[in-house]
Amino acid sequence: MATGVKSRVKLPKVARAGEVITIKTLITHRMESGQRFDEAGQTIPRSIIHRFTCDFDGETVVDATLHPGIATNPFFEFKARVPRSGVFSFAWYDDDGAIYTAQKSIAVT
Amino acid sequence: MPVTRRETLVSGSAALLALGFPGDLVAQEITAEEAIAAFAQGAQITPGGVILTLDAVAEDGYKVPVEVAAEGARALMIIAPENPVPPVAMVRFGPMAVEQQFSTRIRLARTQEVMALARMPDGTVLSAAQFVDVVVGGCGA
Repeated sequence: MATGVKSRVKLPKVARAGEVITIKTLITHRMESGQRFDEAGQTIPRSIIHRFTCDFDGETVVDATLHPGIATNPFFEFKARVPRSGVFSFAWYDDDGAIYTAQKSIAVT
Repeated sequence: MPVTRRETLVSGSAALLALGFPGDLVAQEITAEEAIAAFAQGAQITPGGVILTLDAVAEDGYKVPVEVAAEGARALMIIAPENPVPPVAMVRFGPMAVEQQFSTRIRLARTQEVMALARMPDGTVLSAAQFVDVVVGGCGA
């Protein structure tokens, strides 16, 4: 599942210093649970995103460990404080070793 | 098949692990109790103080919106005890997080009581639970 993975991140472009913002993220991924069987009765191997992280200039906002109970196309929403202008970095860790990343900068006015 | 598998998991996984069977046999899955114990790290679990927002009826078990919040928490965990893999997500909050709130969409295999746990800075563990009637189970959870 390394093909066609597309992530989206939504957060404000500008904020006041110290403002609390809401961050929404979405990534296209099957999140194959490893619990299902194909037509031949074989288990379909697990292939999920098992970790998601978000940090602001290297300081952690959230670090989530994920299990197969997360729905297809994982969506996350959480809050962060913005002390200064900087860059939010996001990373999704796939079972196959791939790491999908995204970055969004925010300016403090 | 699911019934057999489930029964095996519930009745046998602890015994199998105790006997030192290779992890592959039970697909290195852990039970809800083990997940809770690992998260609590020996602390007493106190009900209350965690806000678990989840509809009482889930039309589609493949995609159930859930929100967990516990202000000041170091980490949150969502557990669906009746799922084949009970732990759903464990979220650690860093210094840049505020209001310690996390929303996502989870799979629920069947009607069950979903649990949320929060580990606070002083080491105490808080919990909340919400019963969810699942109309169409997300069997591949």
